[in-house]
Amino acid sequence: MTVSFVLLALLTLSAAVAAMSMPRLIHCALALAVAFTGLGGIFLNLGAEFVGLAQLLVYVGAVAILIVFAILLTRGSEVSMRPGARSAISGTVIALAVFAVLAHAVLTSGVSRMATTAVTPSNRVQEIGVTLLQQYVLPLEVIALLLTAALIGAVILAWREKSPAAQEGAETR
Amino acid sequence: MNGYFAMATGLAERVDQIFVTFDHWAVTNTPEPLRWLVSILLIVVPILAVFPGLFALTTVLERKGLGRIQNRYGPNRVGPYGLLQPIADAVKSLTKEDVVPRTADGVVHYLAPLVIVSTAFLAYAVLPVGRNMIAVHLDAGLLFFFAIGSATELAVFMAGWSSRNKYSLLGAMRAIAQMISYEVPLILSSIAVIMIAGTLSPEKIVLEQAQYTGIFPHWYVFTPWGFAGFLLFMTAAAAETNRSPFDLPEGESEIIAGYFVEYSGFKFALFFLAEYLEIFAVSGLGITLFLGGWSAPLSFLAVIPSWIWFFAKLLVMIGVFIWVRGTMPRLRMDQLMNFAWKFMLPMALIDMVCAGVWRFLPGGALWVVLRWLICAAIIVVPYVALARGLEQGRKIEQRVYRYAEEG
Amino acid sequence: MLGEGIVKGLIETARNFVGSYVDKDRLVTVQYPEERNPLPEAARNFPFLLYDGDDPEAGLRCVSCHICEKECPPRCIHIEKSTDKKPDFVGKQQFYPKVFNIDVSVCMSCQICVEVCPFDAIRMDKEFELSTDDRFGGLLWTKKELAKPNEYYQKIHPMEAAETDARRAEELKQTQAKAAAAAAAAAAKAAEAAKAAEAAKAGNGAAGKEPSA
Repeated sequence: MTVSFVLLALLTLSAAVAAMSMPRLIHCALALAVAFTGLGGIFLNLGAEFVGLAQLLVYVGAVAILIVFAILLTRGSEVSMRPGARSAISGTVIALAVFAVLAHAVLTSGVSRMATTAVTPSNRVQEIGVTLLQQYVLPLEVIALLLTAALIGAVILAWREKSPAAQEGAETR
Repeated sequence: MNGYFAMATGLAERVDQIFVTFDHWAVTNTPEPLRWLVSILLIVVPILAVFPGLFALTTVLERKGLGRIQNRYGPNRVGPYGLLQPIADAVKSLTKEDVVPRTADGVVHYLAPLVIVSTAFLAYAVLPVGRNMIAVHLDAGLLFFFAIGSATELAVFMAGWSSRNKYSLLGAMRAIAQMISYEVPLILSSIAVIMIAGTLSPEKIVLEQAQYTGIFPHWYVFTPWGFAGFLLFMTAAAAETNRSPFDLPEGESEIIAGYFVEYSGFKFALFFLAEYLEIFAVSGLGITLFLGGWSAPLSFLAVIPSWIWFFAKLLVMIGVFIWVRGTMPRLRMDQLMNFAWKFMLPMALIDMVCAGVWRFLPGGALWVVLRWLICAAIIVVPYVALARGLEQGRKIEQRVYRYAEEG
Repeated sequence: MLGEGIVKGLIETARNFVGSYVDKDRLVTVQYPEERNPLPEAARNFPFLLYDGDDPEAGLRCVSCHICEKECPPRCIHIEKSTDKKPDFVGKQQFYPKVFNIDVSVCMSCQICVEVCPFDAIRMDKEFELSTDDRFGGLLWTKKELAKPNEYYQKIHPMEAAETDARRAEELKQTQAKAAAAAAAAAAKAAEAAKAAEAAKAGNGAAGKEPSA
């Protein structure tokens, strides 16, 4: 455990705690973004460049933005509240259950039985690409299909049905 | 004769590598415990000095250039030809009062300019400004650049939201919508380069392009897909950095100054700085990806140091940005989105297909011309079709004036 | 075709850019402190006091009638009347202003003082660079700063000045004619009186002294 890891872990954890306990929703979202950044930093610290940067790109650049945008559009930024203690017990139970499932999955997967002294491959990005497009090409395509379906669904949802009057207006425009 | 030539080449090489050599010399000549500090400082300080200096120069060049485009003089009072204007501006912004709105979210309001400037500076870490001159040798450098670039969106949002001003919030929302939309073609158009170069490392991409056939370089911009990709990249870059004609998030005439309307004094200057730093960074990336980075445009011009070439190209790009700013009016929000999703995105995807075709067509003697023609057709035909499609159903009518005389 | 208009616009702006370096006529900006456009004759900014001759004290046309002070909308004029009198341009004994101040920062350049002055004593100046770093003394102009010779007026507003001068010359002529007529009348009267006296003297047989005109 190096100093940089400890610092990053502290940053990530404190940001995550802040994300759960801040009274204002926007602050929580921003704290979450910091936690994502810390996570990306940990990946980078471990030498997993691609994963770390993808984490930054996807989570900080897209997911966090999406969250704050959603909060903004739903006027949630105005609401300021203390997280209620009412759901504390059920929340803890759910969190523990999720953790148990994840831990079980990790412990029983092949990864944990692999040698822990892995050598850093010379060209990680290329390797990831090759693996994705050869060994895991089917899952990749399935995910791509799923995302395309989601995209088309979103387009259809956003499609405004044109009334005859609106159509007329569009023509004269 | 040959001896002179060799000597000249050797000298050129020395000048080219002068900073690298100095860096190495300085690090090896400091005592061991301080070496890490010196090596870091020698990378960070030049970046912190050169690019803000360029920013200062650009502000005055921009104002003069825009002035000349509009047949004005531009600033010419402070110093010779107004070149000391940035100093006056800096003093002014430093001495101005820092006003924070009473209802603003203090911490976020304070942090936003810091975050935006630091992310803007971080992007320079992976920019090769000369042969062997790059701050961090990252294998996935391009990914780092885009990851850092996407963090600016968050800073923009922080600024817009924390000001508690409807204009700044509107500006922030516009900025985020625009940045998300244009990030897609920005990344997709650079993917074409990644496909051809086969690497995510900016250094290696430049090295790929720094080869010459005869005297002509292998810059990607001289290929059909590269040319289209370059134009797409720079257009998306202009939108990504809120540069005119995509400066809706600032929109002085409609939402005053967008997300930084509530910032004054030095914080405002920081936003300004960050914006220009982003423009330089993304222009630098465009140069790296398509214009051969630090490589000379003709093989015999390689005697001129590589870093001079990089900055010369950067200045040309800045000039083009100013030129475009002086030419085009601001888009409307729906036009902006239509342009991103109906034109930029399909063209970027087609560009990727074109790059793929280019990559797998054989490069024989006969094929050189044929490959060129095929790839050009792949770009031009959809371009014409898309342009036609976008223009369809839109009639531009002659405006009828009821009261005013037509001049 | 998409992009055609952009290229056209870029060419146009490039032409303007290059043209501004080649063709000096394109740059319409006047580099103000060094270059100045001549002001139109009717330009006016701030009033000044006129005087005739060389001495601003003796020649000052103002008779301290207070009309301008009363008419001034923002009340920027302050006048204190003298106790003694001095002759004006026609020789008539008039009061003169002991103090005549105008506050530059208050004056609104309306020219009403000029319109109402019956003595052609106050006129508008073209001078517009009135800023100063002394906010109190520097902005309060006294008689000394306000007084300017008639030649100056003739220089800045030649047409108006010619008209005023003609009018004043006419007035002077009339006054002089009147004076001459009065003198003549007085002389005639005196002569008559003398004649009568002579007649009387002749009648009385006694010769008197010639009466002075």
